[in-house]
Amino acid sequence: MFIVKYIKEVFGGLKSLLVGMRRTGYYFTHHKEIITEQYPDNRDTLVMADRFKGEVILLHDENNEHACTGCTACELACPNATIKIVTKFDITPEGKKKKAIDKFVYHLELCTMCNLCIVACPTDAIKMAQTFEHSVFNRADLTKILNKPDSKIREGIE
Amino acid sequence: MPGLPLSWRGNEGEVMWSLTNISSAIHDWLNQTFNPTWVMVIEMVIAGIAVIGLFAVLGLVLVLMERRVAAWMQIRLGPNRVGPFGLMQSLADTLKLLVKEGMTPDGADKFLFNLAPFIAMMVAMLLMAPIAFAKGFQLWDMNIGVLYVTAISSIMVISILMAGWASNNKYSLMGAMRSGAQIVSYELSAGLSILTIVVLTGSLNITDIINAQADGWWIFKGHIPVIISFVIFIIAVTAETNRAPFDLAEAESELTAGFHTEYSGMKFALFFLAEYINVFIVCAIGATLFLGGWMPFHIGNWEAFNHVMDYIPSSVWFFGKTFFLIFVIMWFRWTFPRLRIDQLLTLEWKYLLPISMFNLLLVTALAILGWHF
Amino acid sequence: MFEEIGTTTEGDLIINVGPQHPATHGVLHLVITLNGETIKKVEPHLGYIHRSIEKMCESLTYRQFIYVTSRMDYLSAHINNHACALTVEKGMQIEVPERAQVIRVIMDELTRIASHELWWGAMAMDIGAFTPFFHAFREREKINEIMEETCGARLTMNYYVPGGLMAELHPDFQKKVKEFIVLFKRKIDEYDELVTGNIIFINRMKGVGILSKEDAISYGCSGPAARGSGVNCDIRKLYPYAVYDKVQFDEILETGCDSLARYMIRIREMKQSIRIIEQLIDNIPEGDFQAKTKAVLKLPKGEFYTRVETARGELGVYIMSEGATTPYRIKFRSPGFSNLSALDHMARGSKLGDLVAMMGTLDLVIPDIDR
Ligand code: SF4
Ligand code: SF4
Repeated sequence: MFIVKYIKEVFGGLKSLLVGMRRTGYYFTHHKEIITEQYPDNRDTLVMADRFKGEVILLHDENNEHACTGCTACELACPNATIKIVTKFDITPEGKKKKAIDKFVYHLELCTMCNLCIVACPTDAIKMAQTFEHSVFNRADLTKILNKPDSKIREGIE
Repeated sequence: MPGLPLSWRGNEGEVMWSLTNISSAIHDWLNQTFNPTWVMVIEMVIAGIAVIGLFAVLGLVLVLMERRVAAWMQIRLGPNRVGPFGLMQSLADTLKLLVKEGMTPDGADKFLFNLAPFIAMMVAMLLMAPIAFAKGFQLWDMNIGVLYVTAISSIMVISILMAGWASNNKYSLMGAMRSGAQIVSYELSAGLSILTIVVLTGSLNITDIINAQADGWWIFKGHIPVIISFVIFIIAVTAETNRAPFDLAEAESELTAGFHTEYSGMKFALFFLAEYINVFIVCAIGATLFLGGWMPFHIGNWEAFNHVMDYIPSSVWFFGKTFFLIFVIMWFRWTFPRLRIDQLLTLEWKYLLPISMFNLLLVTALAILGWHF
Repeated sequence: MFEEIGTTTEGDLIINVGPQHPATHGVLHLVITLNGETIKKVEPHLGYIHRSIEKMCESLTYRQFIYVTSRMDYLSAHINNHACALTVEKGMQIEVPERAQVIRVIMDELTRIASHELWWGAMAMDIGAFTPFFHAFREREKINEIMEETCGARLTMNYYVPGGLMAELHPDFQKKVKEFIVLFKRKIDEYDELVTGNIIFINRMKGVGILSKEDAISYGCSGPAARGSGVNCDIRKLYPYAVYDKVQFDEILETGCDSLARYMIRIREMKQSIRIIEQLIDNIPEGDFQAKTKAVLKLPKGEFYTRVETARGELGVYIMSEGATTPYRIKFRSPGFSNLSALDHMARGSKLGDLVAMMGTLDLVIPDIDR
């Protein structure tokens, strides 16, 4: 009947609204469900996933030595010319000339964190760091020289 | 003192601190010091300042409350940076809005554009007059209080239409037109549900209505019909104050910001404030009509319990009920999706209006037969 | 007088929705001709986020170009990458190890859930409910965390390479995914409480934005938008790739042809995705995660085309190779573009508020439409 249907409609509608309100009411009263992370405050406890791709770094050990041979595989693998390897020739004690990196230039502002360079590197000299606060006031600060001053290639890396 | 627009009627029985005592003390002191004309003028000024002060405080509190309610329902924390627990957040917002440039668009009707927010504010202020904040604490206890409220609240639509038209913006215009259709329709069912209480009480006077609830609030005394009209009232006033799920005038996913798209700075803040004040006022009226205004909660003949309830100041009762209703309206906003314009009108004309008309008949029968408590 | 719908006459109200507008979720520009609140015509204007990805790909090698495609439909990044990897593998005839294929399917389905979650929140926001957005993000965050652990990124993962995967799964992967499945099954009912059952919501969606089966086919719609009109176009069923032919799942079809049907499709699809993941998560075969490939990939001369089912519909990747290390021409057939073209047809005669709901159910991702 028309009236019955009408009344059913009204009550059915009201019920569906109350169900929704019960849900929001639940969250209103259950504060432990809150998932907000108070970011700058929790800096000390914040752990990034160990594979998080933050920026490319060149690994140095305690003797200030790295594993980069200057083969430019990473430079070639990079889709957007983020890496520029400037090489030089070292003279080994035996008097031979040996290729080595002079500067490992890395343009953070161009990097898309695609990980292709890391995969391409034959000596695992570079890896992704988990840093993520990259904002700077001066754009030029984003262009980084990754090899530390006076660093050398580790012995035995070809 | 007949003809005096401000009624500060003291109450001897009140033992505790109360707004009434303060107001009557001021009134007595003024009467001893000045002649009656000056007393009236000074009292008007005081009342004006009090209303503006109340507005500012209410705006700050309600905005903060809304943000907190929203945040908790959305499993967030809400504002918690400015001041302790974020209590100063709305002050900071106000400061930001104050120093912002209040722009007027080039093609706008400058006069109307700048006038509209003030009309919105004025309406909100006028509505404050008949509300009884505590026992015997009322700006103007007029005998047509309820009628006055329904009449004045419909002026609000003029400011919205004015803002929408004068902005020279299509979004604003559409928002204003929607809101016009909406407010005009929903006023009917709001009015009809208010009428049920008028029928039961037999008076349009707010004080009479509250006094009639001394032995129990109407929502308890009036059985199901009053509950129905209470529900309808809440729905209708939510629509009248343009709040979600009836916020079609603003509908930010369709009309960016609706009628106040072009407003910025303090002019926007006035609209914003007026919205919250309106919410407060309609909830205050709802609390007065259905939940007994400042009347404490009494249960039959539990003398001890009733006595404890009496100890809670009447202003606390009033604000408690009002804020409860405000919370309910906020709860709506953060739960429901928005209606479409034709559904909005369907809801009013096919559901709320017939139901409330039928309900009014029922209540009239109830009142005549004396079936309520 | 009968007014002809679809023509602009003088005195019509024309409004611009976008390129910056809360309803468009991106830089889409819609020119809408209105008669009061009723829509007479919708004209999408594109080009605000064109980055010429296809042209860029032509200058990148077959290893490099995959990462760019994450930036098309950024919500189905994995699936886009999958399509590209499949095309290259097809051209090079690389046999992808079973393990990689299974992991790819799991990742794809997780991506699909994440995408639908975001859609659900945004959809609710479009029609005026704010709270679901945050609730949807809560679950989506869990998927993002899983992705971050294994792939190192949350949105543009670049985890697939021609021949398999870039890295081994994270040791916690299986545990985390199982936790997610348990959580998600609990939360999806809340979605129904909050939105699906809501009377206002149902009224907003029912009978709105009708797209008949014939129209859906003729506009080239795909994905949930077409399945809501009863077109069975799930590429995972029709042309199975990876291990989709080995798992049990249903192709979801609704015959409502309206917004509600398209909405229900996605809600039910999420459950199917969970079903697929449940079947695979304990059965990831041992083995290599990557096939042995040459250092430099060169596709033989010819044309190669593959298609996959993204969260939005059918993504086709067409590569024309001249035998060099870079593609000669590359073309993407993106689902969003075709789905958007049906918007005008759907919207005519309905109310302005419904347009937003329709756009919501089409699940438009602008960078996917406008590459
Ligand atoms: S992560 Fe990608 S974009 Fe960045 S330097 Fe490496 S290869 Fe280039
Ligand atoms: S980082 Fe690796 S790939 Fe790049 S130049 Fe050095 S050794 Fe070669």
